[in-house]
Amino acid sequence: MPEGLAATHEHASHPALRHHLENMEQQREAGTLGMWVFLVTEIMFFGGMFLAYTLFRYEYPAAFVSASNHLDIKLGALTTGVLIVSSFTMAMAVYSTQIGRQKATIICLILTMILGATFLGVKAIEYHDKYNDQLIPGQLIPWRPFNPEVAKPGDTDPHKLHLIEGATTQNVQLFYWIYFAMTGMHALHMIIGLGIMTVILIMAWRGKFSPEYHAPVEISGLYWHFVDIIWIFLFPLLYLLGRHLEHGG
Amino acid sequence: MEEFVIPKQPGSNYLNAEYGLKSWLLTKDHKRIALLYLGAITFFFFIGSLYAMMIRLELLTPQGDLMQSSTYNKTFTQHGIVMVFFFLIPAIPATLGNFLIPMMIGAKDLAFPRINLLSWYIYMAGGIITIYALLAGGVDTGWTFYVPYSTTFSNSYVIATGVGIFINGFSSILTGLNFIVTIHTMRAPGMTWFRMPLFVWSHYATSLIMILGTPVVAITILLVALERLAHIGIFDPAAGGDPVLFQHLFWFYSHPAVYIMVLPAMGVVSELIANFSRKNIFGYKFVAFSSLAIAVLGFLVWGHHLFVASQSVYAGMIFSFLSFTVAIPSAVKVFNWTATLHKASISYDTPMLYGLGFIGLFTIGGLTGMFLATLAVDVHVSDTYFVVAHFHYIMVGGTLLAYLGGLRYWWPKISGRMYPEGWGRFSALVVFVGFNLTFAPQFLLGYMGMPRRYHTYPVELVSWQVLHVLSTAGASILGVGLMIPLIYLVWSMRYGRIAEANPWHLPGLEWQTPSPPPTENFLTTPIVTHEAYEFAPPEHKEVVGKFERQQPAES
Repeated sequence: MPEGLAATHEHASHPALRHHLENMEQQREAGTLGMWVFLVTEIMFFGGMFLAYTLFRYEYPAAFVSASNHLDIKLGALTTGVLIVSSFTMAMAVYSTQIGRQKATIICLILTMILGATFLGVKAIEYHDKYNDQLIPGQLIPWRPFNPEVAKPGDTDPHKLHLIEGATTQNVQLFYWIYFAMTGMHALHMIIGLGIMTVILIMAWRGKFSPEYHAPVEISGLYWHFVDIIWIFLFPLLYLLGRHLEHGG
Repeated sequence: MEEFVIPKQPGSNYLNAEYGLKSWLLTKDHKRIALLYLGAITFFFFIGSLYAMMIRLELLTPQGDLMQSSTYNKTFTQHGIVMVFFFLIPAIPATLGNFLIPMMIGAKDLAFPRINLLSWYIYMAGGIITIYALLAGGVDTGWTFYVPYSTTFSNSYVIATGVGIFINGFSSILTGLNFIVTIHTMRAPGMTWFRMPLFVWSHYATSLIMILGTPVVAITILLVALERLAHIGIFDPAAGGDPVLFQHLFWFYSHPAVYIMVLPAMGVVSELIANFSRKNIFGYKFVAFSSLAIAVLGFLVWGHHLFVASQSVYAGMIFSFLSFTVAIPSAVKVFNWTATLHKASISYDTPMLYGLGFIGLFTIGGLTGMFLATLAVDVHVSDTYFVVAHFHYIMVGGTLLAYLGGLRYWWPKISGRMYPEGWGRFSALVVFVGFNLTFAPQFLLGYMGMPRRYHTYPVELVSWQVLHVLSTAGASILGVGLMIPLIYLVWSMRYGRIAEANPWHLPGLEWQTPSPPPTENFLTTPIVTHEAYEFAPPEHKEVVGKFERQQPAES
């Protein structure tokens, strides 16, 4: 969280200026750089999982295609669209603060939060589908271990797992392990993002922001865009790659 | 020098600005947070040292007479975990770095004082969870948590320990983030990048490793914990997973972590060598950039931990070559320190004794690292006491000595009191002798084939026992050498001679303010007009050139 969110001070200058800093410009610069550095650590954090994905996709391409085809591409595309629009409303929130339009800022922030919540809701539906199809890996859910029903040739039941040649359910389980680790970690970041947006919304409501002081909105926006970008990488890797090999390639 | 007016002792400094437990636990002052860290780190060092003593006592005799093998496994694991994650990694950055970086660049505080305090609480939370795991039954996987032992077979508190380390990692990330932003945005007027003390440069490089490496080990340990819970098999070859993936992810952080430990130490030593030689450091820019080079190259060498772990021969050759290249910036530093000493007016005060000790021991540790980076030699000495001796020469001979030296050097600024110089020099010598007696025999043991992580060895190998006895004797001496400073530093906080603002007569910004400093560090924001380590020209040397150690305190 950027320090600039807290407004305590004793200086004659802007009321949001922290006492150990010289001026608002320095404070904005420090906050922005701090968020960028934090986002670098986030990239490295997700990087470990991207590496695991790459390795296992290389080793078990057939299983990954089969498992990927079982994901609901329509819901995936819908959430991607929702997130992209939320990035736009977030950018508009930052812009509205910069030109000092408080009402527009509040509307944009609320829209962003609604879209973020929509994403999480759709994600929950997807998770529930996987739960029904017994695709939660290992004994993560002790009373419902990984045990998908494998479709026989000719069977088109979408709830069954359609394995293409060379795929095994064990390797499909690895895919779902990575799927849940990555999307779960992403969803956790979305939830944290909604928390940040709540704080920013309250601050905007109380009229804390002005064209001179809008760094917290900007910095939270950076975080929000970052979480969106992670999804932009997750969607093709998890849902799209190998789609053309559907139904036994 | 003339530009800096040394201010008089103010009535209020950061230590007596406020009183009470709350004023410490809720402080946002980087100097107080540094002291919170100092206390916590000393506590963890004490725990880690107890485990070390148990290891040395067990190895005194060839039989396993003090503990069983399973207890021994836990002992060395817990020694490693506590020392690496809770002492060595935060030791210098979180205490000396936290205290000094804002002062050295002329800032009032770090960029994010609350995040700084938060990082201490995160450190404590991680530490308490880890201590809980150790008390509840301990962990026996080795500090490296190698799979599949840690995920499948170990019957100890792996998850709790993992959670403790995972949480602790965030304190490291936040410290690094704070340092980077502070150094970028909060330098005083005139404090250009190339006027910064080398201590700040090395902490900048350290912070880069902290923010780039730590998240990777966080996700790795998280995966181990989840794997233990859910048994999916991401690291289990029987289930299609890959145990070597764990080693790659783990060492991607844990090798650079070695540089998190040693780069701040190098920063301290650069300060000690330049200031106690009263000379500008030889090749300032080379020393500064070598820190960055170590940080960058340090990320490209992790594969040398996997020479015997089914890594391909070609990968092994590349990692071997890259490991050799890290020696170049390290050697640049050693040569530049040595060149700085040439024809200098050196004073052998306690901090300088530690600094000189560092150069020698780090050189031995670094050169034996070259042996280990050589593919064929590594096969012979891999997982032997040779490796143990090598990294202790870097961690203890390097980081610990620099930490002790730095603590002594800045003690007058931190506490406002002088430590007893005689005891200081004596204990520095005891530490040096004790250290070498502990670890030099281990090189021989490892070369002769004594494997690490074993609590017994053949009775008929008398030479092994002789070396183990020497090592244990050395550890006892080292222990005494570490207890003496603990006693006299605590003593000096109350009874030490009052320190003046600039007891060593040095140009660094941290000395141009009262001891102890006021809460905002400087009475007025300093304006920097000099390079770091700019000492008075020769004609003034008789005035400020000699230490006046016995000079009476200004009251």
